[in-house]
This record gives sequence, C-alpha cells and structure tokens, in this order.
Amino acid sequence: MLTIKRVPTVVSNYQEDAGEPLGCGRNCLGKCCLPVSKLPLYAYVADAEKEPSSDFLLNSLLLGQWEERMGRGLFRYDVTACETKVIPGDSGFVAQLNEGRHLKKRPTEFRVDRVLQPFDPAKFNFTKIGQEEVLFRFEAGRGDKAYFSESSSLDRNISPNVVAINVSPIEYGHVLLIPRVLDCLPQRIDAQSFLLALNFAAETANPYFRLGYNSLGAFATINHLHFQAYYLSVPFPVEKAQTQNIPLVEDAAKSSVRVSKLINYPVRGLVFEGGNSLKDLGDVVANACICLQDNNIPFNVLISDSGRRIFLFPQCYAEKQALHEVSQELLDTQVNPAVWEIGGHMVLKRKKDYEEASEDYAWRLLAEVSLSEERFEEVNAYIFEATGLVETEVDKKKDAKESGASYESTMAPHFPEGCLVLQ
Amino acid sequence: MGSNSVRDRLVDQSLTSRYSQWVLEALDELEDPFLITDPAIAGHPIVFASRGFLAMTGYAFGEVLGRNGRIFQGPATDRRSVMEIREAIREERTVQISILNYRKDGTPHWILFHMCPIFGAEDGRVLHFVAVQVPISKRRSRCGVERCGAVLGTCREEVRLDKDLDCSHHAREVFVDMDSRGLEAKEPQMAGDQEKEKAANAINCILLALNRYSKMTGRVVCGKRCGSAGSGVASLPSSLNISLGRIKQSFVLTDPHSPDMPIVYASDAFLSLTGYSRQEVLGRNCRFLNGPGTDYEVLKEIKKSIHGQQSCTVRLLNYRKDGSSFRNLLHISPVRNASGKIAFYVCVQMDESSKNIDNGLSPEMWQLGAVGAVKVAVRSLSSSAGPSRPSQ
Repeated sequence: MLTIKRVPTVVSNYQEDAGEPLGCGRNCLGKCCLPVSKLPLYAYVADAEKEPSSDFLLNSLLLGQWEERMGRGLFRYDVTACETKVIPGDSGFVAQLNEGRHLKKRPTEFRVDRVLQPFDPAKFNFTKIGQEEVLFRFEAGRGDKAYFSESSSLDRNISPNVVAINVSPIEYGHVLLIPRVLDCLPQRIDAQSFLLALNFAAETANPYFRLGYNSLGAFATINHLHFQAYYLSVPFPVEKAQTQNIPLVEDAAKSSVRVSKLINYPVRGLVFEGGNSLKDLGDVVANACICLQDNNIPFNVLISDSGRRIFLFPQCYAEKQALHEVSQELLDTQVNPAVWEIGGHMVLKRKKDYEEASEDYAWRLLAEVSLSEERFEEVNAYIFEATGLVETEVDKKKDAKESGASYESTMAPHFPEGCLVLQ
Repeated sequence: MGSNSVRDRLVDQSLTSRYSQWVLEALDELEDPFLITDPAIAGHPIVFASRGFLAMTGYAFGEVLGRNGRIFQGPATDRRSVMEIREAIREERTVQISILNYRKDGTPHWILFHMCPIFGAEDGRVLHFVAVQVPISKRRSRCGVERCGAVLGTCREEVRLDKDLDCSHHAREVFVDMDSRGLEAKEPQMAGDQEKEKAANAINCILLALNRYSKMTGRVVCGKRCGSAGSGVASLPSSLNISLGRIKQSFVLTDPHSPDMPIVYASDAFLSLTGYSRQEVLGRNCRFLNGPGTDYEVLKEIKKSIHGQQSCTVRLLNYRKDGSSFRNLLHISPVRNASGKIAFYVCVQMDESSKNIDNGLSPEMWQLGAVGAVKVAVRSLSSSAGPSRPSQ
C-alpha cells in the first residue's frame, strides 16, 4: 500500500472534531437533521438550449450567500487579503501567498494507490458539516425557467445536491458542490453527478467561474463525492495553452464532441468541447473518467468556459512522491498539484516561495505531475475505447501541419499601431 | 423607467458623442465588414455595424445594435479562440485570429477577426474596440487582389491629417469565393497574407476616420495608448468596467486613496435610481445624495465603519436629482485588489419602497451579491494603473 503524509486541507469548520460522536440538534447534513430542515433552493432548467442567462441570478445568489458567511466569520481567513500575482512569463501562472490555508498540525496518512475506495462513514464526510456552511441546494427544476426559493423543504425521497462553503478558500467564492449528499457517494465520477456539475458551470454563465474535481490519489482528501468551484478573473494558464485537435471518425452516437490534446503545457491532458448538448459532452467525459477510475489511474478534471470546455489530466505525482521520486526542493514548497495547481493557480505558504515564484518553478513542478508521452498515449487509447470515439487514420504529417492552430499570434501586427499616432 | 432606456441611449450616442454626427456617414462609406463596440456600456455592446458586415452576415442593423459580439459564435466555434478575444479585450490590446462565426441563417463561415482598441488621447482610456472581420476563402486566388500601393505606403508612415485618403477605393479587391457556404466548416481555415493585409488596411481606415472626426468634438482618440492613464479621476481599466457592467444592482465604487473619496464607477441602476447622469456623479463624493432629512447619526456611523475598514449596513433617507427622497438600504464594504490591500469601497443602494426584486432573493442577499461580484472583479486588479499584464 502506497501512502504519503499530508496535512489535509480543512474545508469545513466541523472537520477537526469529526471523530467525536455528535448527536443531532446540531443541525448537520446527516439523515438525523437534514430531512426535516429547510434550505434555500436554486432550481435550474435541465438540458435546455443553453442560452447564457442574462440575469446572473445564480451568481448573485452564490456570491451574496458567500459574502454573508464572511460577515458571520465562518471562514478561517479573508482570502481577499492574501496577496496574489501573475508570474511573469508567457504562461501567466497565478501565485497566491496564503500562510493561513494549511493547519500547523500533524500530517495524516493518505493512501494514494487506490483511486476507488469505499465510503467510510467514520471518516469526515459532508453529512457532518453544519447547515450554516450550506449556501443552497442545486436541483433540476421542472419548469422552463430557473428559479430560486429562499426556504424549501426537502422531498422525502430525494437526496439533495448541496452547495457548501470551503472554509479555507483558495479564492473568493470557493464552494463545494456535493451531489446527493445523503447517499454518501464515495469520491468517484458517475454520469449523473458529472452532468450536475456541468449544469452548475453553465448556469453561472461566467467564464471566470470554474469547477474542479480531484480523484483519490490525485489529491482529493475527502472520500465523499464533491466538486470544487471558485471565481478567478484571469485566465488559467491551461486555458491559454495551445491544443492540437484529434480528428475523429463521426462516432456512432453522433455526439459531435471534439477532443484535442494540450501541447506546450507541462502536464499532458485532453480537452473536450462541443457536443450537441451538455449531456452529450458530459457523458463522453464521464465515460473517460470512469475508464480511468476502473484502471486505477488518478486524474483531475477542470470544467471551464461555463461548462463548454473540459480538461482531463491523468496524473502520477502522488505515486512518485510515495516512491520518493520527487525532488526535496519541490516537496519543500508543499504544493500538492491538484486540479487548480495543474490549471496554473498555485497557493504558496511561504513568503520566500511566493517572492521567488517563477514560471520555471511552476513548469518544473507540473512536469512532475504529468504522465510521460508514452504512458499518456497508452491511457488515451483506453479512454478512446471507453468513450467510443475513434481517431481517424490520418497522416501524422498532415496532422501536425493543420494542428488545430486556428490561433495566429499577432502581438506585432503588420502595420505598427504607432503609425496612427497623430500628435 | 428602467436602466434599459439609459443603456439604449448610451448605445445610440456612443459614437456620435465622441466623434460627432458626421462619423456615421464616414463609416458608412467603408466597404469592409466591421463592428465597433463600447466596453464602458454594460454588456460591452455593438454600437456600430458596417454595411459590409450586415451583408456578410445577413443581419439588419437593428438586430445587432446593443448586442454582444458573442451572438455570432456557435456550437462549432473553437472555445479557445473565444477566450483569445476575451483576453485581448481584458488586456486592452490587438488580436488577429481566425475564427468560425455564424450568419443569421445559422450557416457557419470562417473569418479573420482583427480587433484593436481605441484610446482617448487625454487619459489613455479605452473608448471603443474596432473589430474587422475578413471572410476567409478556401481557394485563395494569387492574382485577384489589387493593392493600392500608395495607400499602404502612406499608412506605414506618420499620417498627416490633412491628406484626404480615400480609403473606400482600396477595397476594390476581388473577393474570391466570398460565399464560403461550401466550406467544410469544421476544418480550421488559416487566413493568408491577403486577408491579413486587408484586415490591417481596413483597421487603419477606420482609425483614420475616427481620429479625424474626434477632433471635431475636441476629444481626440488614437490607436495607441498615448500619455499616462489617469489624470484627474483615476480611470478604471476597461476590463474592470466590463466586469462591473455585468452587475445589475445599483452601486458605486469610491476611491479612498483620493481626496474626499470620489466616485470612480457608477452602475446604470444607480443612475436610474438617482436620476443623475454618469458625468454628473463621477469624481464626486456620495454626499450629494444626502439632504435635509438624512440622519446625521447614520452618516457618523458610516464614517466610523470606513475609518475602521469595516463593512456596514445602514438605512437613511437619500435624495434623487429631482429632489424626491427615498429610503435607502445602503451597504458599504471595503474591496481589496491583488495586493491584498483596500483599493475601493463599494456602496450598494436599495430603494426600500420599490418591490422590484422578483427573483426570490431577499434585499440583503441581492445587495451582498453585488458586493461579492465587485470583490471578484477587483481581486484580480493589480495596484499599478492599467490592466495587469503578465509579461510586460
């Protein structure tokens, strides 16, 4: 059994005393309290012709609730008081100095060699958080328009999806989306939950609100199904990275999903976009994740561009760490490359690391996370088989020339702008 | 009277207020397809579409005016390209990129999209973005293009205003296969040198026209940021303007680092609520909203909170421009930028007697939603003037 020692991130104010038997009357999310509670409810329209909603209701709700919890002192620190910067360089990695995010407590053992592990009710999970940490429920509504209800009782037979705060936020608005909390699902992707996450992204209609998922073995620390999300008003480096389209044979389901791979980025990964519907796109990616899970390959998923662009990163850092293959210098910065770090957003604990943070450091760290080219191609083969997508038999030469580069860099246009200064 | 009519008026006057009435005629003479957008108006709308653009896409002028450029994107549009454009806008710079767009009838077509910002000469603020869209033909004829060499040559040098460059004539190039409906839309199309030069020429002609006509109003513009940004009232980068423009609530941003804490941003909803125009409020302290019935104790409380860098929620009587009063539920909060230090205070107003929040959120939540949105927008702003650029 491969394990690493980590100081776990505290996402809930109830996490540290999770071991104690707490009776009800504590207003938790367990079967004792939740079914008789009322929670705010946001109902989205499932699988509509997704026109970005122009009233940004979900954003106002999420941000308003988050700000309100800030006022109540539920967060361990004010993340907006943490200095942040874009590291100079072409990639634009984002670094934050956050000395308060991690507890100064004893590291805990985490098993990193099994991506699928059964739910353990004795360990901390989201049924143990207090309801004050829950912002609202997020459910598919029946009407043709999204709506919000301030106080809604739960249906007996429905296990609610809840959106809760992360008390150690990486950025403003950092929340956790927990599908069917009462069902106590372990941290593993299934098509229904993944589609819920996509709908959440689509509903905010905000390109700066992203969702992320970490599998076990890829730095998830809580084995209770959850996605994370927060706002960052600059692009993630991975979103700017060039991609190479993988030409596909029109697949049987005709889902119109397009797949490309990242090039010129330290972590190898696939990018999925398109699809005739959110569900089509979601199903393809969910199948890819399930394939990785079944093959015990840890991975991270970044949902970006309001659910229209999804990055999938199979990774191997934790395993390398357990096998002592990572340099001490990188380990000392204590950055665990989960989805946000892989995307290019790094939280640094030490001032020295923050001040010296360079594109070179970020690149080196992330390069350790990536699968090798060979292994990546192997994994891709599994993924393609599992998703039913088939690569076309094209010339590798032709492929390279027409490399999805519909992007032409013109920082220096043909006619210098200076020619128009008339003063 | 909602903020929509405020917005409609802003859209209609966006060009004429800066470049005079005559600019519309001049722009109408240019044959290339192009759009002009105004990032200072909520939603970053189109304020002008050329005849060539409307012909190329099949839309009518009224159908695109006031809309955002994303309406021309569709399911097969490469998302990374969309991000490229979005980031160029946020960073206030030029971008030239091939992208798949959609006409009104839903057919996709490849265009070379070349966009550049127009800066106000006196304060370096971005006033408009000009986006030329050159159709990319699959089969590019090598000999079909007539270049007006003289025009090109002149454009490379310092242009003298008095020279009357008849830019409309250079566009007599042959449009090879302009109707690109036959193109396999999914294959990325690369723009050739012809298309790039065509785009650059078109941009130059538009810039010349805008510059020429801006002199008529005395508020000159140029294609490059000249002089330093921020003389007088600190001007916000257009990326912040665009983010703030998405926020529907009534609010203002004030600058605690400038004397008397002036307003540096006011939302359309604030202008609707109070009856003032944007020019009337920018640069002034919020106290103009106070009047005879305003409780002095409440004002003291506000001052105390601000001194203590705390947020507060108060109720007070405020006055509109026309003298009428309203009970204002006011929430004030410090807002920090990337340095972690306070950059602004946000003040969110709500007329307690109005019942116009029908989305289910409580008034307090609605206000806090605005605070949160402002905090997210300002969070990425670096302390130095202008947008944060990674590698400059």
